[in-house]
Amino acid sequence: MIEVRFHGRGGQGAVTAAEILAKAAFEDGKYCQAFPFFGVERRGAPVMAFTRIDDKPIRRRYQVYNPDYVVVLDDGLLEVVDVFSGLKNEGKIIINTTNGVETTEGADIHKVDATGIALDILGVPIVNTILLGAFAAVTDAVSIESIVKIIKETFSGEIGEKNAKAAKLAYEAAKEG
Amino acid sequence: MVLKVMSANQAIAEAVKLANPNVIPVYPITPQTTISEYLAKFVADGDIKAEYIRVESEHSAISACLGASGTGVRVFTATSSQGLALMHEIIFAAAGLRAPIVMADANRALSAPLSIWNDQQDSISERDSGWMQIYAENGQEALDSILISYRVSEDKKVLLPSMVCIDGFILTHTVEPVDVPGKEDVDKFLPLYKPDHAYLDPKRPMSIGTFTDPNYYMEARHDMEVALEGAKKVITKANSEFAEIFGRKYDFVEKYRSDDADIILVAMGSICSSIKDVVDELRDKGEKVGLVRVRVFRPFPTDEIYEAIKGASKIGVLDKNVSFSIGGVLHNEIKAKMDVDAYGFIVGLGGRDIKPEHIKEIIEKTKNPTTQSQWIGLNKEDI
Repeated sequence: MIEVRFHGRGGQGAVTAAEILAKAAFEDGKYCQAFPFFGVERRGAPVMAFTRIDDKPIRRRYQVYNPDYVVVLDDGLLEVVDVFSGLKNEGKIIINTTNGVETTEGADIHKVDATGIALDILGVPIVNTILLGAFAAVTDAVSIESIVKIIKETFSGEIGEKNAKAAKLAYEAAKEG
Repeated sequence: MVLKVMSANQAIAEAVKLANPNVIPVYPITPQTTISEYLAKFVADGDIKAEYIRVESEHSAISACLGASGTGVRVFTATSSQGLALMHEIIFAAAGLRAPIVMADANRALSAPLSIWNDQQDSISERDSGWMQIYAENGQEALDSILISYRVSEDKKVLLPSMVCIDGFILTHTVEPVDVPGKEDVDKFLPLYKPDHAYLDPKRPMSIGTFTDPNYYMEARHDMEVALEGAKKVITKANSEFAEIFGRKYDFVEKYRSDDADIILVAMGSICSSIKDVVDELRDKGEKVGLVRVRVFRPFPTDEIYEAIKGASKIGVLDKNVSFSIGGVLHNEIKAKMDVDAYGFIVGLGGRDIKPEHIKEIIEKTKNPTTQSQWIGLNKEDI
């Protein structure tokens, strides 16, 4: 079973990202589960969301405490939340940042300038789909084709096309990086 | 069967679409809100041909349901926590007036302290109302239970309302694969509602819900007791026809590796999924543990629970509720109705996450009991 934890802030789309990842994995022929853990109900408050992917139906419903992968939508959270908490030894963490990231645990960190890509292509700093593109590149958990397909299903029309383009760009950049 | 990935709230809304009620009065409340949003969209898009009433409170939502149901049409509403508590007065009236309303409750803790997160105190606190109650384990069961509930509630031998309870966030906001049945199959299982009992019709004027003096009140309440107990036969028949059409078999209780178990846990709702994983892990190590999941809580399936747990030497009952000074409600009801060695564990109040180590702790404490009832997962330093 692959377990993923997303860290974001209310309104940034961490919950949608977790759901798109689950649906994309299902599209790949896997079983899936995704759910949020909200703090207080308001924009800007730290939010977690979780995705589980497996070859068989998934039952367990507690939060993900030992993720294989962590995705951080907002590097400002690094100062207020221990995003590395419980990350498996061989685990990977994908962070939307252009800054240096301090860790004492030797985690496999993948930095993505998702905000930069978002402002270029979407014109707004919404990074969830972009990080999913990078996620597909640095993990074997899901295919970029399914990520793109589900993004287009989730957001209709031009918004879907732009998000799909941004996700693919992040995928290519992370593959090269 | 075509599986689609969706939340239990969406699954509930899809079930309502298939059941096609005529009146849907809903007031939004976390974590039920997306049910009311999906239903508003379905009605606006013409996918449900119903009157969607935007009421000003939950008391009005259930009152509008009762009034509409009184005219002999199918109705639906959904609520949670404080909303259900605000409905309390009409919850009892709806059962007493024998209105076959179906309602979803997104199980959430009651204030205070204020919490938006899951436990089952809200619906458990309505257990004496005369409503039927089903606790779903997953999104699929949430969807299926709505269809089964209409079928049972509207049966002329029953005519009592049903509450389908789904754990807030843990189910309401969890997406997972769900099969949405075809309309033709649903129409076979759940035909159009045609009331042939008392209902309001301008062509045949009558009044319902009248004042009742001491000569009649007890008989009306006794009729409810007989109807709720009698609902068990109707539920059994509905379950078996549901299985024939849709291939999914439900029962009052679900037995999971419990037939030869020495220690059995009893619980309701989504926590049972996590317990099954722990049972498998311990079984692999040779421990004879099992789970009995209580799916139908009202009518209370005394015989079915007893048959399922009587072979165990000790039983641990998990409650996401508490009746202060006496303990968990399911635990106490099992103790009251059955001669078994059962111990109670209060868990998961206000969204406290129930981890595998908590489930293992409960199994150990059931094996070596020190007290009848205890709370699991408390932060010791905060007590």
